Amino acid sequence: MATVTSNPSVAAPAAKLPHGSVIMRIEPPRGLFNLHLGELWAYRELLYFFVWRDVKVRYKQTVIGVLWVVLQPLLTMGVFTLFFGRLAKLPSNGLPYPVFYFAALVPWAYFSTALQNCTSVVVDNQRVITKVYFPRLVLPISAVVSGLVDFAIGFAVLLVVTTIYGIKPTLAVLWLPVLLLLAVLTALGVGLWMSALNALYRDVRYVVPFLVQFWMFASPVVYPSSLVPQRWRWLYGLNPMAGVIDGFRWALTGHGVAPGPLMLASASAVMVVLLGGLFFFQRMEGTVADRV
Amino acid sequence: MSTVVIHGEGLGKRYHRGALQQSTLLRDQLSRMLKSPLSVFRRPKDETFWALEDVSLEVREGEVLGLIGRNGAGKTTLLKILSRITKPTTGWAEIHGRVGSLLEVGTGFHGELSGRENTFLSGAILGMSKREINRKFDEIVAFAELEKFIDTPVKHYSSGMYVRLAFAVAAHLEPEILLVDEVLAVGDINFQKKCLGKMGDVARAGRTVVLVSHQLNQIRRLCHRVIWIEAASVRQDGSPEAVVNAYEAAMSKSEGAPVGSRTGDHARGHFTGWEIISPENTSPHSLDIIGPVTVRFMLKLLEPIKHGIHGITLYNAERQLLWGWAAFELDLELGVHDLVYHFPMLPLKPGIYTWMVSFWDREELIDMGDLAPEFHVVTQSFQHPRDEWSGLLNLPSEFTVRPSSAAYSSRPSR
Repeated sequence: MATVTSNPSVAAPAAKLPHGSVIMRIEPPRGLFNLHLGELWAYRELLYFFVWRDVKVRYKQTVIGVLWVVLQPLLTMGVFTLFFGRLAKLPSNGLPYPVFYFAALVPWAYFSTALQNCTSVVVDNQRVITKVYFPRLVLPISAVVSGLVDFAIGFAVLLVVTTIYGIKPTLAVLWLPVLLLLAVLTALGVGLWMSALNALYRDVRYVVPFLVQFWMFASPVVYPSSLVPQRWRWLYGLNPMAGVIDGFRWALTGHGVAPGPLMLASASAVMVVLLGGLFFFQRMEGTVADRV
Repeated sequence: MSTVVIHGEGLGKRYHRGALQQSTLLRDQLSRMLKSPLSVFRRPKDETFWALEDVSLEVREGEVLGLIGRNGAGKTTLLKILSRITKPTTGWAEIHGRVGSLLEVGTGFHGELSGRENTFLSGAILGMSKREINRKFDEIVAFAELEKFIDTPVKHYSSGMYVRLAFAVAAHLEPEILLVDEVLAVGDINFQKKCLGKMGDVARAGRTVVLVSHQLNQIRRLCHRVIWIEAASVRQDGSPEAVVNAYEAAMSKSEGAPVGSRTGDHARGHFTGWEIISPENTSPHSLDIIGPVTVRFMLKLLEPIKHGIHGITLYNAERQLLWGWAAFELDLELGVHDLVYHFPMLPLKPGIYTWMVSFWDREELIDMGDLAPEFHVVTQSFQHPRDEWSGLLNLPSEFTVRPSSAAYSSRPSR
């Protein structure tokens, strides 16, 4: 069944008319926290199309397309290896520098692109938002999901790099999907805040790149988290990306520390940010068509 | 009696004019906070206005309801509430059935994507499932007459091709309730007719349609019932004949306020309307021949003007300036004047046009702006059948092919 702007699962009251139609009630916005997850599920096909559009357009617009997705982290890896590794001689937990940096750059690149796309997604789609109804939550979700295509390409390159350096995967790779999910939820959680804020204040999108840059140095991208003094570890763990990046290195190479309490702290921090983001986004959702 | 499928009670929408005008930059907000930290706790001076106020309505299954009214009267706001794009400030509505809304041509189109890709994207955004689009795809492409260009990125389409594809997608929506806003105002008349036909089918198939339009003939032809919205509330609700006639009478009444969106010092005078006086027609605002045509513009002066200047321009629906002219040093008495134009020929292609008129007292503006209603041209087309080649002028020509000879050569034969 095609779902247009109403949808059976959220109809309140969920009553059926004799001719089998659904009832939809339109009312002024209320302060209740209701995510309408059932409605979101009904619109999953639209989510698919938004992701599909993002991916298609991204690879059509750049001449080198896929190559760019591969080159960007590879070049960054080269620069990091040279400056932070060879010149600054930062420790790398016994891993070859290229592996050490690339294993961090792949999830980090995903996170930073997903967050930045998510920030501008509501404003970028303002024409559609003011002309047709769909659960607005579809937009930020599509922004973080479409970044996964780039991630997949980067990850394939990462596997090539680890193979070249003769690193054999252990059972720890089974942790990767969990770590990736954590990265997706972090990008979504923070992205929800940022996209709602960006709809209110248009210059938020210029602030986010700085935020991302600071965040990178607050995450173990260019250095191992073992550099952080033990007594500050718990605080450091509140940065979910710290857990994700450390976890990635460990899951791929077996070097470093297994996700422990740090991961738990990361996961709880993500949940708090995500729930807050959902609430804030939902508050903005009702009036977004009047604002953008 | 059929069931009520849309029931609205006391619907209202308030906008904050202040909030809209306030800069939405974080930078400004922060600098305001730094300048006067207490202002954060003070509510900003908020001017509110009601775009829609206490509107109640009932629409029955299978009914085609027309919404008419001036620009800014609240028609689109009502449609946006019913289609859930924005929430009402007051009141509630209950809708029984799947709703499809069509508030813009080409919702969700992306220039980089091909016609095929955009068909799927726009279809999905408008509410069709992938399976549904797959099933109707060939039909949509044939309807748009774009078989050859369906894999070309739409950024390379002419505006006509773009509109045809966008309409074709929209025309194949099959919700139980269809909400349509003024989308048929662009595109060439032949294609518009095709779309109207398709919409007529939708209505005959028992679906409910709510239609906003300025094209009163369209409203008369399609609708079973019409609601006239004036200044955010319902002014009249009834049969198309009764409501449209009352609306037309109010719009072209030569007494009263200026019609259309206008600026100037209206205390000194204003244009009260316009009409075609020859050829005589059922509608004084639509033209079905190339010419000759006589049009009058009614100017009401509340004081005598010694050095009047009058300007006139004609725009098409894409707001291209087609013609402009001005008269100077007009010495006019207080009262109502007819400014009459006789055009031996008005070679306009079918479509919707707007007259913009102005009147000045030397450098002081008395009235300037678009006249309502719009000018509809429904003449036969003497142009290339594909609108990307038809151009702006609808020039009738006599075309012959004959043997070339010196007698017909325009050049001296030496």
